[in-house]
Amino acid sequence: MRREIPLAITFLIGIFMLVDFFVPHHAVSTSAEEMKQWGTIVIAASILLGVGNLIRVHFHKIRRRREGWGYSIVTLAIMAVMFAFGGPWGTVEEGSAFNWMFLNMQVPLQSTMFSLLAFFIASAAYRAFRLRSAEASLLLIAAIIVMLGRVPLGQYLTRSWPQAIQLPTLTEAIMAYPNMAAFRGILMGAALGVMAMGLRIILGIERSYLGGEK
Amino acid sequence: MTMKLTAHLTLAVLFLAAPCAFAQDAAPDTTALPLDTVPPGSVSGLTAVDYVDNSDEGDRIEISWQASPDDGAGEGDVVSYQLWRSENAGADWDSLGVAGAGQTRYLDETATPGTEYHYGVAAYDGTSYSERVSAGPVVGRANLFQMTRLAVLVLMLVFFGMVLTFTKLAERGADLFVRRIPGLNAIEEAVGRATEMGRPVLYVPGIGEIDNIMTIASLTILSHVAKITARYETPLIVPTARAVVMSAAEEVVKEAYAEEGKPDSYNPDNIRYLSDAQFAFAGAVNGIMLREKPAANLYLGAFWAESLLLAETGFEAGAIQVAGTAMVSQLPFFVTACDFTLMGEELYAASAYLSREPKLLGGLKGSDWMKVLSIALMALGVILYYVNQESGFVAWFFTQ
Repeated sequence: MRREIPLAITFLIGIFMLVDFFVPHHAVSTSAEEMKQWGTIVIAASILLGVGNLIRVHFHKIRRRREGWGYSIVTLAIMAVMFAFGGPWGTVEEGSAFNWMFLNMQVPLQSTMFSLLAFFIASAAYRAFRLRSAEASLLLIAAIIVMLGRVPLGQYLTRSWPQAIQLPTLTEAIMAYPNMAAFRGILMGAALGVMAMGLRIILGIERSYLGGEK
Repeated sequence: MTMKLTAHLTLAVLFLAAPCAFAQDAAPDTTALPLDTVPPGSVSGLTAVDYVDNSDEGDRIEISWQASPDDGAGEGDVVSYQLWRSENAGADWDSLGVAGAGQTRYLDETATPGTEYHYGVAAYDGTSYSERVSAGPVVGRANLFQMTRLAVLVLMLVFFGMVLTFTKLAERGADLFVRRIPGLNAIEEAVGRATEMGRPVLYVPGIGEIDNIMTIASLTILSHVAKITARYETPLIVPTARAVVMSAAEEVVKEAYAEEGKPDSYNPDNIRYLSDAQFAFAGAVNGIMLREKPAANLYLGAFWAESLLLAETGFEAGAIQVAGTAMVSQLPFFVTACDFTLMGEELYAASAYLSREPKLLGGLKGSDWMKVLSIALMALGVILYYVNQESGFVAWFFTQ
């Protein structure tokens, strides 16, 4: 029964959502919308599980003095500070301590992480474009054309060439044909994969996501 | 004294100027145009149909028409369209609303379901109306089927039929060939390598929520990976960005260890909720890579901009890396930074491929045959498009 009940719920809800896609009647769509809202509420409430896990994992780490346990103290201390300020004085009110800390500490830290991406792209591109094989050479040539074709310099360098072989024209051709063909091929395969997976889950053929297969 | 003089002078100027101003107002306007007594041209092609939306209550009627010849062309003096509605076979018209010039569609959202209506539309040029054109009767109903999705339903049923047929065939023992997927073969090798090095395996199920099908696919693969790590007694670290995913991952890994007969090897502290914030999560996972030095990093699920931050850090840390996602925009990053990458559908095929369970393999074969059918349909569509361009064959076929 431990496995059958979740499978039955999955089947019923899955079929109902499929019906909702094809049946526009308000009786169906209203119920489906309500179910989706319940899903959102359950997901939002589950943050408590996450907080519980965070406290448990870091508490164990500190207690057992595992490598990097100092960071765990910082994590728990910051969580306590944010909770202390957010609880009584609100989280989104402009000028509140929580909001100030979020905007002036968390947002800049996240932006810093995001901006690191530029350097990671450079190092990854360097490795990808090294001339090791025919495919890598093709990639390098295509990348040079596309990168130059997307900036004014590319247009300037090839302005006196025939239109058909100017860098912006070649860039458009690469993006519109080989790139788009590969993109759509992958997308179509993925879409069919999603449908097959969805059917397997609805029918209970795929059940390892519930934990084990027996 | 000076102020008094100024005030008197101002008043005098005003009294002198006033009659001139009144005289100007009273003078006939010799530049005014004669009144437009010619009504604008009527609208044409008026249709009124039951409007079907995603929450259909039968209370919406869509009215559309072709613009008056004087709207934007001709005399170009149409300023609006007046709409009327009648329940009485085109008599007793009630004003319904106004659509601006240039508009050719109006949605009546006040219809009573099951009531017959007639609709009338006339162009207005500011002084007179064109002849009213009417259409109807039309009845609003809460529909039970979205006809515009009929083709989707047919293709879906064909696809589901194929999947179920191959699943049945597989259950009866048919030998279904599945091409080799190097990325999936590499997972066991990666875990083996981590075991030899005595270091953990890191499994990142993406940052998608549990309702993302990529996350579900990732959890099915996690189940297989957890069995391998349980068998080899290799620590498995699963950092998550969503609390529900963490909860599901805990269950999946715990069950997998139990199935392998190693329930005591399961360490709940290794299934970690880090942060819902994308880059905080990326930073925390990078920290795990650099501090705990996993020998194998598996990134399988839904990833966004954090993909390269994770994969490059893993590369720098010297781990063997296998990635898989259906996020097309992130695939180039994974291909560049990882040793093996599962692209799109391969992520969804992983569970069947790894378990080799006949029922799951049937789904894979069904997908493959649907791809063949899709390609054939697309080729046919392209051919028919060009044949029709040249000869009008398709139009002829449907009229005949």
